[in-house]
Amino acid sequence: MSRADVCAAAIADAFKDDGEIFASPMGLLPMLGVRLAKLTSNPDLVISDGESLFLAGVPPLFAKGDVVEGWIPFRRVFDVVAYGKRHVMMGATQVDRHGNQNISAIGDWAQPKRQLLGSRGAPGNTVNNRTSYWVPKHSPRVFVERVDIVSGVGPKLAKEAGPAAARFNDIHRIVTNLGVLDVRGADDTVRLLSVHPGVSVDEVREATGFELDVPADVPTTREPTAEEQTLIREVLDPKGLRFKEVPDGD
Amino acid sequence: MSKGPRDKRMTTDQVVAELRDGMTIGIGGWGPRRKPMALVRAILRSDLKDLTIVSWGGADVGLLARAGKIRKLVFAFVSLDSVPLEPNFQKARQEGTIPELVELDEGMFQTGLRAAAQRLPFLPMRAGLGSDVLVNQPWIKTVTSPYDDREELVAVPALDLDVALVHLNRADQHGNATYLGPDPYFDDLFAMAAERTYVSCEQVVDTAGLTVDTPVQRLLLSRMMVSGVVETPNGAHFTTCTPDYERDERFQRAYGAAAGGSDEDWAAFHDRFLAGDEAAYQAAVRQFGEEQA
Repeated sequence: MSRADVCAAAIADAFKDDGEIFASPMGLLPMLGVRLAKLTSNPDLVISDGESLFLAGVPPLFAKGDVVEGWIPFRRVFDVVAYGKRHVMMGATQVDRHGNQNISAIGDWAQPKRQLLGSRGAPGNTVNNRTSYWVPKHSPRVFVERVDIVSGVGPKLAKEAGPAAARFNDIHRIVTNLGVLDVRGADDTVRLLSVHPGVSVDEVREATGFELDVPADVPTTREPTAEEQTLIREVLDPKGLRFKEVPDGD
Repeated sequence: MSKGPRDKRMTTDQVVAELRDGMTIGIGGWGPRRKPMALVRAILRSDLKDLTIVSWGGADVGLLARAGKIRKLVFAFVSLDSVPLEPNFQKARQEGTIPELVELDEGMFQTGLRAAAQRLPFLPMRAGLGSDVLVNQPWIKTVTSPYDDREELVAVPALDLDVALVHLNRADQHGNATYLGPDPYFDDLFAMAAERTYVSCEQVVDTAGLTVDTPVQRLLLSRMMVSGVVETPNGAHFTTCTPDYERDERFQRAYGAAAGGSDEDWAAFHDRFLAGDEAAYQAAVRQFGEEQA
């Protein structure tokens, strides 16, 4: 069982109860997981080519879709963010104990040590529609006590900012190469939901730079079914692009 | 004889001659997509300085930052997509060479341009609440709903522009212009947020030609929004201008390597591609393409 496939199924599970909404994955494994969900647990998901088209079918990663079912240029993405029928899975250079995310810069905002992308749509996403994060390398450099810059807003900061910020704040899952987490720990903190097969709770603790909320009983993330493995291997990612993000034997 | 609308055709250098130090300039397109790069290159060649640049940024921002043209940058991201982090922008940020920065959520940009386009001081929005957008830009205020909900929302300030620069696929000499690619981006909003808009295009055609084989819905700009039209074939290079051409990924890699390399690497890239006029740039790009083929 490859770790990448476990991650893909865990990401698919993050979208399985979403119903008929726009699933917006940023990055390779999230795209794989979303397409897997659409082929299995949630066929109602609306997916795009990442550019401007809603795709009726479920093409392999980076392949052109055959049937188009809608038009989603950037201006309409912003409309759907505000409309709310969207679940975005973003990357995260940093995530902190309270589930805030940073993709803007490392260090001081005025003159950062390392400039990253900028906050992109994270501030708007996190106060408007369901948001999850994908972290391909779970480490204390990513999971920090306090993010340097708050791009994505966690539940505690959202509540502090008032009802308008908290109303639609919905940080759903943080899927990493080691496990699955959410932000429903004590005092709105990051909590461990499951560890991937072969990973111990202590490993996750050591790879996390803050005190993680760990329930008494932490289950193992489910393994992908035979059907899912076939879909991943033969339909969605026959070239094995997923192993570039989550190498085998990781 | 009846008179028709004005002929607004100009050269890139004539557009730049209309710009002034300290102006606020909005640049259309999105990241590494359909950017008015020929106009940006004309600014690089000019003596213009202290510009405020408003852009969903790509190499337009990187190049202007490297040339020291930017006094203030309004941005939500700067990225080349296949090169995720724009090296010239990174360098400028890490060395602190852009004196003033405004970092917004990318949706706030649209709202700010809309407010400007509608001649409003602000429009309310949820984006920004709870995030460091409001911490690092403490001058951005919130506004409380006057209705029973009393929700406290961000009052996104209007992004008023002196000038907008955009690049479309086709235009007529009066400034009506079509996009033929997958996404209009926000070029119409930029145009309406600006006092004056200059559109560069791949080809100037007669007015009837704009819709002869193209649905009328692709007419994004009306001439009433446009002050000048420039024909600049390959003028969005090295960004996308679908379907005329896609992004020049090999060139972008060379740009990224030079921008992220030593000062000598950048000087060599600059001397080869950016030291001359637009015709020299396009000739150097053709030669680069032949070498790489």
